[in-house]
Amino acid sequence: MKKSNLLNKLFDKQHKKQTVSYLIVIFAYVILEALLKTGNISSLFKNLLVPCTCYIVAALALNLCVGLSGELSLGHAGFMSIGAFTAVCLSGLLAGTLTNAVLRLVIVIIIGAAVSAFFGFLIGIPVLKLQGDYLAIVTLAFCQIIVSLINNVYFGFDEKGLQFSFIENKLNLSSSGKILIGGPIGASGTQRISTFTVGIVLIIISLIVIYNLMDSRNGRAIMAARDNRIAALSVGIDVTRTKMLAFVISAALAGAAGALYGLNFSTLTPAKFGFNQSILLLVYVVLGGLGNITGTIISASVLYVLPELLRSFESYRMIIYSLVLIGIMLISNNKFFKEKLAELKTRRFNRTHSKEAE
Amino acid sequence: MKKLLVVLLSVFVVFGLVGCSGGSGGDEASPTIKLGGSGPLTGGAAVYGNDVFHAAELAVKEINEAEGFDFFDFKFEDDEADPEKAPNAYGVLKDWGMQVSIYTTTSGAGLAVVEDYFNDRIFAITPSGSNPGLVYNGSTNYDNCFQVCFTDPNQGVASADYIKNNALGEKVAIIYRSDDDYSTTVYQKFKDEAAKVGLDIVYEGSFIDTDSDYSAQLTAAQNAGADVVFLPIYYTPAAGILTQADAMGYAPVFFGIDGMDGILTLEGFDTALAEGVYLLTPFAADATDDKTVHFVTAFKEAYGGTPTQFGADAYDAVYAIYEACKAAGVDGTNSTEEICDALIGQFTSMTFDGLTGKATWAANGEVSKSPKAVIIENGVYVAAE
Repeated sequence: MKKSNLLNKLFDKQHKKQTVSYLIVIFAYVILEALLKTGNISSLFKNLLVPCTCYIVAALALNLCVGLSGELSLGHAGFMSIGAFTAVCLSGLLAGTLTNAVLRLVIVIIIGAAVSAFFGFLIGIPVLKLQGDYLAIVTLAFCQIIVSLINNVYFGFDEKGLQFSFIENKLNLSSSGKILIGGPIGASGTQRISTFTVGIVLIIISLIVIYNLMDSRNGRAIMAARDNRIAALSVGIDVTRTKMLAFVISAALAGAAGALYGLNFSTLTPAKFGFNQSILLLVYVVLGGLGNITGTIISASVLYVLPELLRSFESYRMIIYSLVLIGIMLISNNKFFKEKLAELKTRRFNRTHSKEAE
Repeated sequence: MKKLLVVLLSVFVVFGLVGCSGGSGGDEASPTIKLGGSGPLTGGAAVYGNDVFHAAELAVKEINEAEGFDFFDFKFEDDEADPEKAPNAYGVLKDWGMQVSIYTTTSGAGLAVVEDYFNDRIFAITPSGSNPGLVYNGSTNYDNCFQVCFTDPNQGVASADYIKNNALGEKVAIIYRSDDDYSTTVYQKFKDEAAKVGLDIVYEGSFIDTDSDYSAQLTAAQNAGADVVFLPIYYTPAAGILTQADAMGYAPVFFGIDGMDGILTLEGFDTALAEGVYLLTPFAADATDDKTVHFVTAFKEAYGGTPTQFGADAYDAVYAIYEACKAAGVDGTNSTEEICDALIGQFTSMTFDGLTGKATWAANGEVSKSPKAVIIENGVYVAAE
């Protein structure tokens, strides 16, 4: 009796979407992990797993900001880069003292997320008080500034301590020292400690955070402020505060995604996190559907893996990739397709209702 | 609808996995060596990747014709010069069964896969990845990774020595690109060496990728009285600098490095402006020795256009692998690891005479060959003494 109550609750109207999201992630994890364990997966796909989870988390973070709170951010790659470089540096520093790779990974992801959230908070203070597209412009500038800054940072350590220089490489490390950030080349020689399991756990945590936020009092306030600022103000919602909450959580999740990303590659260049990367994340979110969490997970994973699946088309693959993007856009906005979709939904709705009536 | 999506997605993923995992291993007994490599075939740096791809393909074709059977089977994957995509390209090549590799075209991509090559014991030699991190990292020597081109630090040192020894000028200005590892590394090494040999640097200016106006840097260099301007940059911004210097009537000696190669073929650039420009390059497409003439003619015939030094380096890389395989007596019937060990032994002991000069390799993977300085006269490269 109790069991069926739980099932009913999981699949009732309110929770169905959430349950589907979790199930997709867990289902994909079980299948892929089984393939990994039995060695039935190609080297290419093995390499794609972790970055894919990173992009899913980053896209979820951006969806929280764009879809839920209605603020267009073009700087989420900047938050990713903050998380990534913080994590890479910390991991390099801690490598000697903390030998348990998973524990180190978890610690640096948390710190990367915290640092990123702090920067999100700093930018949010002046900008979220404004209305309109100002956030988009400022986050875009922020992203460019972060990339230029990291491009000029030289940071390393040896047994005597940390060394830091800006613009010119003045590091004078002993032979046992290690350069953590080397200007335009970024971080290289990073120990790759990211794992697929940690990536999946990070997705699940993001889902829990986002869904709980959506269902909470604060989440209702965020959506109210998005839909009608004046109405929200009139019922006593502190619009700036609620938007700040969404923005900081979003920055933290993007930072965590960046941290996982940074520790998955042995080299990480600052130029990677430019404007294009932010746009890529936005493409994942828009094609997945603004505010649609499951859609974001699916679109991020499909669109990330797609260019690799198209390798057999050789030099045409980027053309085909962009054609597919345009195709998805057209189809998802097609009137006929939308009608069919609505029909499908009502038919299923009617079916469940008639069952209940019986 | 959700259900449909899930089903579609699962089908998609499973097909992708199966499609990509097939074909690995396979024909062990064939004498054909599977030669792989990656480089940017799309994106901003595509010109380099395509040059490497075509030149290597040309070399493979020639070798296979000379041998009378397929000595090499060649596969080149796109890595977009992106450290994120390089492991994917590597994964594709590994699934295909790559036994020897011409590594990556660019340094950033190479740094992302160097550990993979090292751990998987696949012999790799990069035509044009000039970062030292591609062949060793501090105390770790990637013993199976080699370079055909000079490393960036060596180019900076050689340039400073050349300017000093040939007394090209008294006062030197440097204009470099601050968001590019290649440019900043050469710049710093040049500066260190200049201080050592007593070269007077009167101005240092920088720009970033998106800049297209260099008049501020040029005016400052002119005001500082520089009579040599060192340009450790690629040819596209260099063309802008030459054009703008000409417009403002500033005519010092311009000195470039291998990135300057290609400036004469740049579309829309008046080559008269490049008259008198020095550059340090291992390869000049207009040279008249038999090897260069043969390579350039064959390349033009097959792909159109003049090959740059990236192509020449790739051509050399394939021939060096070929000669080493012949000398060691290995072919595709040997395991990847056997080939790797045999080639390491050959490369550290042989002298290779290629398009880009006589080369020997140190155990750390760096090449040793003498840099050639050329000067542009009447629109062609002329060896500078």
